[in-house]
Amino acid sequence: MPLEAKDLSFRYKKSRWILDRVHLELQPGQVLGISGPSGCGKSTLARILAGYEKPLAGGVTLGGRPLPQKGFNPVQLISQHPEKAVNPRWRMHRTLNEGFRPDDIVLSSLGIEKKWLKRWPNELSGGELQRFCLARALGPQTRFVIADEISTMLDPVTQAQIWSVLLDSVKKRNMGLLAISHDKNLLMRISSMIIIWEDMMMGS
Amino acid sequence: MNTSLTARMPYPVMAFIPTLNRRQQTLLLMAMAAVVVGVMIAAGILLDNDRIATHFDQRNLAPSWNHLFGTDWLGRDMFTRTAKGLTVSIGIGMIASLASVVIAMILGLASATLGKTVDSAVSWLVDLFLGVPHLVALILIAFVMGGGAKGVIVGVACTHWPSLTRLIRAEVLQIRFSEYVHVSKHMGRSRVFIAVRHVMPHLAPQFLVGILLLFPHAILHEASITFLGFGLSPHQPAIGVILSESMKYLATGMWWLAFFPGLSLLVIVRSMDIIGDHLRQLTDPHSAHE
Amino acid sequence: MLSIIDLSISFTQYRTGLRQKTMAAVSNLNLSVAAGEILALVGSSGSGKSLLAHAILGILPSNATMTGALVFKGEPLTPERQRALRGRDMALIPQTVNSLDPLMRAGAQVRTSVRNGKGRAVQKNMFERFGLTSRDARRYPFQLSGGMARRVLVSSALASGARLIIADEPTPGLHHQVAQETLTQLRELADQGCAVMLITHDMGTALGVADQIAVLYAGTVVEICPSSDFKDQGHLLRHPYSRALWRALPENEFHPISGSQPLQDYLPSGCLFEPRCEAGTSLCKNERPELRELRSGKVRCVHAS
Repeated sequence: MPLEAKDLSFRYKKSRWILDRVHLELQPGQVLGISGPSGCGKSTLARILAGYEKPLAGGVTLGGRPLPQKGFNPVQLISQHPEKAVNPRWRMHRTLNEGFRPDDIVLSSLGIEKKWLKRWPNELSGGELQRFCLARALGPQTRFVIADEISTMLDPVTQAQIWSVLLDSVKKRNMGLLAISHDKNLLMRISSMIIIWEDMMMGS
Repeated sequence: MNTSLTARMPYPVMAFIPTLNRRQQTLLLMAMAAVVVGVMIAAGILLDNDRIATHFDQRNLAPSWNHLFGTDWLGRDMFTRTAKGLTVSIGIGMIASLASVVIAMILGLASATLGKTVDSAVSWLVDLFLGVPHLVALILIAFVMGGGAKGVIVGVACTHWPSLTRLIRAEVLQIRFSEYVHVSKHMGRSRVFIAVRHVMPHLAPQFLVGILLLFPHAILHEASITFLGFGLSPHQPAIGVILSESMKYLATGMWWLAFFPGLSLLVIVRSMDIIGDHLRQLTDPHSAHE
Repeated sequence: MLSIIDLSISFTQYRTGLRQKTMAAVSNLNLSVAAGEILALVGSSGSGKSLLAHAILGILPSNATMTGALVFKGEPLTPERQRALRGRDMALIPQTVNSLDPLMRAGAQVRTSVRNGKGRAVQKNMFERFGLTSRDARRYPFQLSGGMARRVLVSSALASGARLIIADEPTPGLHHQVAQETLTQLRELADQGCAVMLITHDMGTALGVADQIAVLYAGTVVEICPSSDFKDQGHLLRHPYSRALWRALPENEFHPISGSQPLQDYLPSGCLFEPRCEAGTSLCKNERPELRELRSGKVRCVHAS
């Protein structure tokens, strides 16, 4: 059941085309890296693949069918700024359990401590919040994970920690993973294939 | 290390009462303001109507222990009149500001969620009402409604919603397009869930603070249009009526007729303002810990 | 140029209701940075890096309490002196380009920070150096690209003629080339005799340009060393956390250590790193080690040799 993007085109209002007839195919069990400069459209592609944004032309299909509009989305997006992805007026345990109840093994391998659960988001650091966002995205129905610069704001130890959990789950459950990063060393570590993106032109 | 260099540098300690922390101070101030308002309302309700009956033997008395605010040219106790007048004003102000906030909530939510046409219609309305001076619109509406309490309430309610509407519209829009609402949607959460659990908690404080901060405006405008003669009828013990009547007697040296009622109005308005302001500070996550 | 002596910063926050709790955000931190030198502060988010910058400039929030001493050019930094020197002798290159005034043209922003000499001349000179045109100078921040806005921020800091430059995460989100350019500018500044404090979580950035690295963990310095000590398997490093940082880099072993940095209101009473340390002993559990000299560096660990 591959995740496919066909002929994606996108631009904001009347600005230049950010995506121009982009094709992409991601297989279950595959880890694909995308590297490119900021502002080249990587994030837009990520948002479209996860259904956050509608393309102006083309479409995204999962196993040949369009992404479901309701229910838990099998394509989950994790983004660069975890502090924007959690409701500031919710305690962490509500945020963590919004879609399903992640099991304790995942929580402890992510280093999430029990006492963090009663906290408000502004009492935790970005690295701590990102662990929650990762745990929250790895639901039982998740088939694909789109990771958009998820460790750009993190220190190397935390980065290695969350990637090891993410790669483990991906492998164990045969999920597909699209990793977007400007850090080529990181992509070389984690992905089986890397796409170097140079302003709308894509080549492997 | 050289100890003379190791100076302690405490950051601004705001404590005028050093044993209380900032939040306790805030709550204490709010409680004091609430007591002032409460006493005024209680006095207005409990004081005997006989004290504002006509007593020709006690005309034009200066303030004393028996008549705290003095008496007027008909021998009525000014303290009782002020308390009753303010109680009426507070009631009218409360209803009017509540109505205003409800209007703002409905219009703000509608313009943020019901699409472009509604949005531009509401924005146009907001601009229209903000363009006309408050008092002029208020007098017109009160006049059309035929004066009296009804005219004042409708007038104040209809003129005070625009700025809060804008605020709520912006807040709702910001939350609707926030990352965490996107995530929630993709976690399979319904629109109702998002509206109730994600959006409402951000609006509840706006609602409460909105009422409290609109209240002083409402009560002052009530007093001023009554003073100008477009509001409550002269037979009601309204603060605006008292002030406007007292004007005629100021020249005769009976300063207490206007001074104490005016001062009381100011104290009540400022008290409500303090409560609202501090409540906003406590509910805003950015300033809650200071 | 700047010495930080036994600096601690704590915050009071409200728990439910009226009770307050104290959070130790920075504890017993010692550092110094000399003229002509780039000192990089590395560590995870929440380790107190940015807070330190705010403490130096005297812009901590009002619920913060600070103890210890800051010494700038041999004299203690009092709040009054901080106010006087801020933007004149000490300048901050902030984390986000949002710190530009959105209603002021780029050139004017730079001119307002010029303290010595003719504003226009200094600004022109700066813009030339950073490859900005006179047309760019007439643009408003929203008309500039991220990289250009970043260059405006850097030239503002330079135009002030400050001797101490604090750069708070200047590179994330920047195109590789622009990031490299920013770092080169910092290097140039140091070579001209400024003291530069580079705050970053990106080890690669720090190692490429800095002379000294200070590793922060849970609000204190665990190691200070020449950046050349970060090499091979990290055997020259003194503290287990520095070694963990080095080994966790994707270009090295990409090997994580388990657990997480302690929360600011739940600091262990002993060594702050003990809960995650493989070499931890009962001594580490009970006593917080002092920062001590070791092999032309400093370390806060009793086992280091």
